[in-house]
Amino acid sequence: MSVTIRQVRTGLNGDEAVAYAVLHADVDVISAYPITPQTIIVERLSEFVHNGELDAEFIPVESEHSALSAALGASLAGARVFTATASQGLALMYEVLYITSSLRAPVVMAIGNRAFSAPINIHCSHDDAYAARDAGWIQFFAETVQEAYDLTIIAYRVSEDERVLLPSIVNLDGFILTHSVEPLHIFRDSKDVSEFLPQRRPVNPIDPDNPITYGPLALQNYYMEIKRQQAEAIYSSKKVINEVFEEYGEFSGRDYSPVKSLYTEDADTVFILLGSTAGTMRYMVKKWRREGRKVGVVSLTLYRPFPEEELIESVGDAENIIVMDRSFSYGSPGGQLYMDVAATFMKRGLNPHLVNVIYGLGGRDFTPEDAEKALEMASKTDVDIVWIGVRGDNYG
Amino acid sequence: MPRWPSTWRELPPGGVIDKPGTSMWVETGTWRSHRPVIHLDKCIKCLMCWVSCPDNSIVRLDNDYVDVEYRYCKGCGICANVCPTKAIDMVEEGGM
Repeated sequence: MSVTIRQVRTGLNGDEAVAYAVLHADVDVISAYPITPQTIIVERLSEFVHNGELDAEFIPVESEHSALSAALGASLAGARVFTATASQGLALMYEVLYITSSLRAPVVMAIGNRAFSAPINIHCSHDDAYAARDAGWIQFFAETVQEAYDLTIIAYRVSEDERVLLPSIVNLDGFILTHSVEPLHIFRDSKDVSEFLPQRRPVNPIDPDNPITYGPLALQNYYMEIKRQQAEAIYSSKKVINEVFEEYGEFSGRDYSPVKSLYTEDADTVFILLGSTAGTMRYMVKKWRREGRKVGVVSLTLYRPFPEEELIESVGDAENIIVMDRSFSYGSPGGQLYMDVAATFMKRGLNPHLVNVIYGLGGRDFTPEDAEKALEMASKTDVDIVWIGVRGDNYG
Repeated sequence: MPRWPSTWRELPPGGVIDKPGTSMWVETGTWRSHRPVIHLDKCIKCLMCWVSCPDNSIVRLDNDYVDVEYRYCKGCGICANVCPTKAIDMVEEGGM
C-alpha cells in the first residue's frame, strides 16, 4: 500500500484535524456541545453532516452532561459515536464519564485541554485530562496536529476492539494545537480508512428483539467483581493498543508507541511530560546535547493505561528525573504525572532524584529559558516542586 | 435456576445482563416480615389480588383460584387489602 496515494498533505488546525478524523472514521452519531477551545471540532462536524458529507445523526444537546449521556446511549445501541469537550464541559460530564467506562461503551471523545476555573481561563492546562484520569477511560495525548488526527482514528480501533470495550479520550492542548494550523497528512475519505477501521461490530448491543439490561443494580453481592473486571480490562488494553499502533504504522507510514523518547540511552537527566511541550523539550535536548550535557526527554502518547514498563525502559539509568505537570493536584505530594512516575519507580525499588516542574498553567508560555531553569533544578536536592516562571518564587 | 458467576472473569463485560427475565432468579421473598395466607373458602375468583400484585407473587391457577409464590412475595399486603371478601390474612413471619 502506497502512502502517497492514500493520503493528501494539507494544513489544518488541531480541531479541524480531529473533525476530519471523525469524518474519516465514518461515525454514526455525534453528540456534542460547543466549548472553547474545542468549538471548531463541533462546528466542522455539524457542517459535514449538514452538507451530506457525513451520514450521521448530529444531536445538538443542551449540555455536556447530555452530550455524553446521548453518546453513551447511542454507543450501547451499537453506533460508532463521537463527542468532544474541554475544561468546564468535562466537569459537567463527570458522573457520565464513570458510567460510560463502567458500561464498557467504546465512545471516543476529544478534549481540547483547557484550564479549570477559577479564575476563568480558556487556555491550556491539563486539568481536564487529569480530572478524568481515574474514570477508566483510555487516554492519549497528541503532541502535534498530525497526532491529533491519527490518534482519533486509532482510538476507535482500540476502543471498539472486543478485547477492550472501553471509551477513549484524545487530548490535544487547547489553542496550542486546537487553533494552530500545521501541515499534516490525512486520508482521502472514509472508504480508504475502512481498511484499517471497518464498521463497528458491537458486543451486546441494545436490541428490542433480544432484550438485555444495561446498568442494573449490583450491591455487596457483585459490585466488587464488576469493578475488578473493569480494572483488568484497562490494564490489558495496552496489548491491543500496541498491536493497533503497529498496524496503523503499516497503514499510514507513521509510527506510534506508548512513549516517545529522545537521547535517553546515556542520559543522566530525563524530562518526562505530556502534550505539545514535548516539541519544545526535544528542541532543548538537542541543544543541550550540542553543549555536551547528557539530557533526554520522554513524552507519553499513552497516559491511561499508564505505560509503566515502557517508561522505566526508556528512562534507563538516569539519576535525575524531571516530571513536568501542566496542572496541579492541590494538597498532594506533587502534580498528577509526578505521582504516577514516582509510584512507577517506587514499585520497582528504584529511587532516582525526582523533581516536579509545574509549568504553563492557563496557557502561559513555556520558553527555552524556562526549560533551562527547569534543568538547573534537577541538580538541587532541596527542592521537589518547582513552579517555573511564576512571579514570587526565586529558585536558583 | 442457573449458576451465578463465581468469579469476576465469568461476568459479561460491564455487568450487562445479557438475557431477559433473569429477575426470576432472584428470590426476593426473603425480605418479608408478613406473609399472605389465602382462605379459598372465601375466594370468589375475582382475581383482584392477581391483578394488583406488584410482583409475580400471586399465581393464577387453571380453575381461576389463586396461590402465593412465596419465593418473590415481599409481604406488602396489597393483595389482602384489595380482596373484597377478606379472604387473605397477613400473618407475621417467624411467629415472634
